[in-house]
Amino acid sequence: MTEMTYLRAISDGLRTEMRVDERVLLMGEDIGVYGGAFKVTDGFIEEFGPDRVMDTPLAESGIVGTAVGAAVVGLRPVCEMQFADFVSCGFDQIVNVAGKMLYRQGLPVNITVRLPSGGGFSGGPYHSQNPEAWFMHAPGLKVVAPSTAEDAKGMIIASIRDPNPVIYMEHKNLYRRIKGEVPEGSYETPFTARTAREGTDLVVIAYGGMVHTALEATHDLDGASIMVLDLRSLVPLDEQAILDAVRLCSKVVIVDEANQTCAAGAQVSALIAQYAFEDLDGPVVRVASPDVPIPFSPPLEGAVLPSVDRVREACRQLLEY
Amino acid sequence: MEERTYPVPFPTKVNILRGDPDEMPNGETEIPSSTTVRKAKMATRSTDVPIGPSSPTEDVLPAHLTPDDRVGLLRAMLLMRSIEERAMNLYRQGKVPGSFYDGFGQEAVSVGATWAMAPADRLCVLHRDLGAHLVRGVTPAAILSQYMGREAGITSGRDGNVHFGDHRTGCVGMVSMLPDMMLVAAGMAMAFKLRGEQRCALTWFGDGSTSRGDFHEAMNWAGVQNLPVIFVLENNQFAYSTPLHQQFAVNPVERAAGYGFPGVSVDGNDAEALFEATRQARERAIGGGGPTLIEAVTMRMHGHGAHDDMKYVPKALVEEWRKKDPIDRQSARVAALGVDVEALRAEVRAQVDEAAKVALAGPMPDPATVTDRVFHPHDGEEILLQDGLAPWSGFGATKPATS
Repeated sequence: MTEMTYLRAISDGLRTEMRVDERVLLMGEDIGVYGGAFKVTDGFIEEFGPDRVMDTPLAESGIVGTAVGAAVVGLRPVCEMQFADFVSCGFDQIVNVAGKMLYRQGLPVNITVRLPSGGGFSGGPYHSQNPEAWFMHAPGLKVVAPSTAEDAKGMIIASIRDPNPVIYMEHKNLYRRIKGEVPEGSYETPFTARTAREGTDLVVIAYGGMVHTALEATHDLDGASIMVLDLRSLVPLDEQAILDAVRLCSKVVIVDEANQTCAAGAQVSALIAQYAFEDLDGPVVRVASPDVPIPFSPPLEGAVLPSVDRVREACRQLLEY
Repeated sequence: MEERTYPVPFPTKVNILRGDPDEMPNGETEIPSSTTVRKAKMATRSTDVPIGPSSPTEDVLPAHLTPDDRVGLLRAMLLMRSIEERAMNLYRQGKVPGSFYDGFGQEAVSVGATWAMAPADRLCVLHRDLGAHLVRGVTPAAILSQYMGREAGITSGRDGNVHFGDHRTGCVGMVSMLPDMMLVAAGMAMAFKLRGEQRCALTWFGDGSTSRGDFHEAMNWAGVQNLPVIFVLENNQFAYSTPLHQQFAVNPVERAAGYGFPGVSVDGNDAEALFEATRQARERAIGGGGPTLIEAVTMRMHGHGAHDDMKYVPKALVEEWRKKDPIDRQSARVAALGVDVEALRAEVRAQVDEAAKVALAGPMPDPATVTDRVFHPHDGEEILLQDGLAPWSGFGATKPATS
């Protein structure tokens, strides 16, 4: 085990898999010589060369579309969208070409698309988004969102090995803020939920960056026993883990950093309403960003993103219900 | 106003054909008699469209085609037309759900280009290119089953009409967002180049496709990385109802120069011209010479789909193009070889009759399977594109794949 940041853990996972599988290549804007906008691939071009750490034209549809072509003839491309926001330019290739290829003609598309997502640092409307729900709604795509360094490494390796297209959400606000012990060598983290903290009075369900917000908001909340469930994967969604947690705790708060309408949390909420209604001792409570573009100025952005205080207050009110 | 000069990024690679034989790619000066290269004329009205050379070219046996090849080209085109005519009848009988889309009059574009492709080459096939599937080895029964949404169709009823690709023949099916497959083809070519393989990728797209961003992204990507890819622009004069002059201000074949590789324009109703242009482009591609844009000038003789009465197309234009029918043209060549073309037609018709019987007898898909295959089970089975048939004699085959 080595302690490293979330960002280094992603790098470690990519490097580990590239060393054992020569089919893996990285494609993206400024990822080679420059090492990536966030330096996830810093030093890679020296080890693997410019063919496998490919500086591409500024063309997100091109990155995904060519990755699909390379994948169906035997490579395993990992695409980096410089910011998750820019994936809108590659949306069509992901949703209509990659996501439907297997269903339509029995041809799997083994690509991974990395999306540095999330706000909290004045990135403004085009460098702060959490677009994971766009892809949850499109059949044929897996969507994962690790929150710890260990999972970040294990899930990037699992994503590369998964024969399906995987959208890998990596929260920028975790990159250097979160550190953890990471196993050496190669391992896969399954696309299932993880209990981030045990508890019995209330469960907070979150993923990605919001797992840490949830942990901080509830680590000492009036002595209540609060469970935090880290979904880790949104597609497939670990429905059993969600329902088990609700049955155990009977009260649930769901936290999304994404805009609230039709977000991942809305799906979790619907699942609970349909299958765990009898187990609830209170309304399903959601905390998410309101449906506004993520603003630039710190007080405005702070008013939009779910904060520790908002999550704590939501839990407190539900506990008193 | 100050005059500005711009650097030429790829001065040695830019070599655009402008109807001048001395400007062939790779310095080739040979122009086979069946290949007509010309500078495409920009249309200004729907009645003023480029319609290819006005007189049939003199028939001399081309250097790279044997008599068997010429018969094979005709047979594949006949088979395509016969299948599509049968499918249209099945559509009118209510046996083909949705709408139906055909490539009537455009058979030379897919058949001719595919004839030049090797088994290990890969193709992304457009909706009026049924001939490509036939040359690569898809059976007529599987195609008719596909149109009727049957279990035995290429997609097992998951997708309809010409939205299919049989990965066992090295082909990827199109999606409706055109020209998405240009990027997929570029990506295949990128993989071939990275692995140092002597293979190339080819895809077709229409005149309307050139307006979308993926056209630019794919052309640019292919140019920047000098990829072994062939882009065949199937210029059939109309994108649904939209004529060329409302689609682009500069003929797209001329845009190739802007991306640093050659663009050539050929008579899209001449299978042998398509073959020859593609053969040369493929030779360049696998020799490290990079991409080629081939514009195949043709005409969509039917509506966009079976539901489209095509009232927006002047009748005179259709009649003029009818005289340039690609099957008539190839039939004349093959007849001159002493082949009984009527017997060939009868043989193809019988083949399609039999295929239709098989397809009609096949079951519809089981609704209980509708959620199958959304995800690969991750069970270790690797499925990749496989090699298709490549009947061209130049690859050592003598037997037409469609027989």
